[in-house]
Amino acid sequence: MTAILEARGLSRQFGQVKALDGADFDIAAGEVVALIGDNGAGKSTLVKALSGNLAVDSGQILFEGSPVTIETPMQASAMGIETVYQDLALAPHLDPVQNMFLGREVMRPGLLGALGFMDNKSMRGEAQQAFDKLGATVRSLTAPVGAMSGGQRQAIAIARAVHWANKVVFLDEPTAALGVRQTKNVLDTIRRVSEQGVAVVFISHSMPHVMEVSDRVEVLRLGRRVATYRTQDTSMEQLVAAMTGAVGESTPADVAEARAEKEVSA
Amino acid sequence: MSAAVAVVPANENVVTRVVKMQAFQILLVLVAIWIVFALLAPAQFANTANMRLIAQNAAILAILGVGMTFVIITSGIDLSIGSVMVFSGVIGAKAMQWQGGDGWSTAAIGIGASILSGLAWGLLNGTLIAKAKIPPLIVTLGSLGMALGFAQIITKGVDIREVPTVMQDEIGYGNVFGQVPVLTVVALVFVVLGAIVLHYTRFGRFTYAIGSNEESARRVGVKVDRHLIKVYALSGLLAGVAGVLSLAQFNTTAIAGQTETNLNVIAAVVIGGTSLFGGIGTIFGTVVGLFIPAVLQNGFVIVGVQPFWQKVAVGAVLIAAVYVDQARRASAARGGRSQFSLLQRWGSSRSANAGQGEEG
Ligand SMILES: Nc1ncnc2c1ncn2[C@@H]1O[C@H](COP(=O)(O)OP(=O)(O)OP(=O)(O)O)[C@@H](O)[C@H]1O
Ligand SMILES: [Mg+2]
Repeated sequence: MTAILEARGLSRQFGQVKALDGADFDIAAGEVVALIGDNGAGKSTLVKALSGNLAVDSGQILFEGSPVTIETPMQASAMGIETVYQDLALAPHLDPVQNMFLGREVMRPGLLGALGFMDNKSMRGEAQQAFDKLGATVRSLTAPVGAMSGGQRQAIAIARAVHWANKVVFLDEPTAALGVRQTKNVLDTIRRVSEQGVAVVFISHSMPHVMEVSDRVEVLRLGRRVATYRTQDTSMEQLVAAMTGAVGESTPADVAEARAEKEVSA
Repeated sequence: MSAAVAVVPANENVVTRVVKMQAFQILLVLVAIWIVFALLAPAQFANTANMRLIAQNAAILAILGVGMTFVIITSGIDLSIGSVMVFSGVIGAKAMQWQGGDGWSTAAIGIGASILSGLAWGLLNGTLIAKAKIPPLIVTLGSLGMALGFAQIITKGVDIREVPTVMQDEIGYGNVFGQVPVLTVVALVFVVLGAIVLHYTRFGRFTYAIGSNEESARRVGVKVDRHLIKVYALSGLLAGVAGVLSLAQFNTTAIAGQTETNLNVIAAVVIGGTSLFGGIGTIFGTVVGLFIPAVLQNGFVIVGVQPFWQKVAVGAVLIAAVYVDQARRASAARGGRSQFSLLQRWGSSRSANAGQGEEG
């Protein structure tokens, strides 16, 4: 399988902190890749770099095999890449429908549309369908999202990303604030989205969720990829060991391989 | 599990939502004030001529209030409107002096010159705020001083009192349908247009989004800088319109007469439920917020209370309104329902409870 999105040797420094230190990453269409690592390992930074939210100091990004620079989130959107940010990035005073369509409002046909009038009805219908598909519990389509619970807000942010993405979705800790049922919905959604051929990058600190939903796991430590495993061939113990650097006895080959790859490309 | 409950049907009906709006609660305050004066002085206060007077006096502030509502919803502020209004009036008056004559063609030149001057100041404010990233408070405090200074330089500090008679007769003292002041009608047109743009168009949607969370608006591709420039340009343009109306109403450039206009308009906008933190507000609320000082002023004079009490009363209402807004925010942030809403019990007794129960 060829990668739909690939990163080679991405580096980004914040003052003295090397948030990314030659990080590699790749994902194929329809694949679910879990991106794991300790707090501060650089997961969010990597996602930002790949979604047009952060410029890197060096390194290369390839989209569908050809080198690209993704400078803005809008450019990423135009390429079919959507992101659910760790901070969700919703406008708290707007309702779920307004948030979902912010910046992509459906306009009324004809003159009214040209004058700037929006077609609220069709936006509401489309949003309703998107939420139904996700099985998300949204309190009200007309209440401001700021008045909703963390889990509901998260569901709205996910529905928005999934609705617009047709190539890659980044989910930065999407289940962190969710209850058992909502978590299951999100995991189901991830599978459903990937079955439609969309690549899903899933960041999580929950190893059971990672094991349940991913096809492959990439482990980030101190800003670089230290291991990549096929989920069916690995175990939680192995993942934890790779994250913390206490490399488990069963994995030296994998890690060495990942390191070697790193050296070659550097 | 696949068929999990999706959207809980709209559980707040229109009545409940209106009742919970600060604008509606402030409307009740206005009605209460009105009733008190109507009882105290039924003959002099509660008659058409007096209502007409109040509406006429509020007209100019209402036009400024429309622009200010947009600005404050973006979580900005525009302190310059009073000065820009004076400056625009001066430019308009100068243009008409230079043209000469008393007819509509002269007036048209003056009107055009005033509005363009206002627009220019608005564009300057917006550009400095959006592009140079200078805080709106500072930018508009600066342009407040500059616009007034230029107005004084141009006139050498002496008011221009020559205004074409058509402007005085047809706009300043003109009536529509025999009874309704032209000034009021013009204001109403701007208020209605402003409300439509704010509540039904994408321009309005972006205005709320930027005030609510500028970063999230940016991330989805809203051209935040350009939008902010447009919003301040709108505020400046409306100050230009206000300058024209003021010339027509008072037949003078009234250079010294607008020092408190900005604060009066901001107070009205805030009393009407627009949040200084951005993201919340309505044009309707602003209009109601304007009528509270207007009615108080008028009523105090009629019932023989020193009109200075109006300032005291408006100040108190302003503080109370902001307190309610803050308290509501704090309680919303805690995830609870508003404990401070004046009509909370009434408002939530029927349908809102159903919705609140879903939270968790
Ligand atoms: N804008 C920034 N300015 C300064 N330092 C930053 C910035 N963004 C990230 N960092 C630093 O870069 C490192 C990686 O951060 P990042 O947010 O990518 O970690 P993470 O893997 O997402 O962690 P977590 O699991 O806690 O979300 C951290 O040390 C962080 O402090
Ligand atoms: Mg993170």
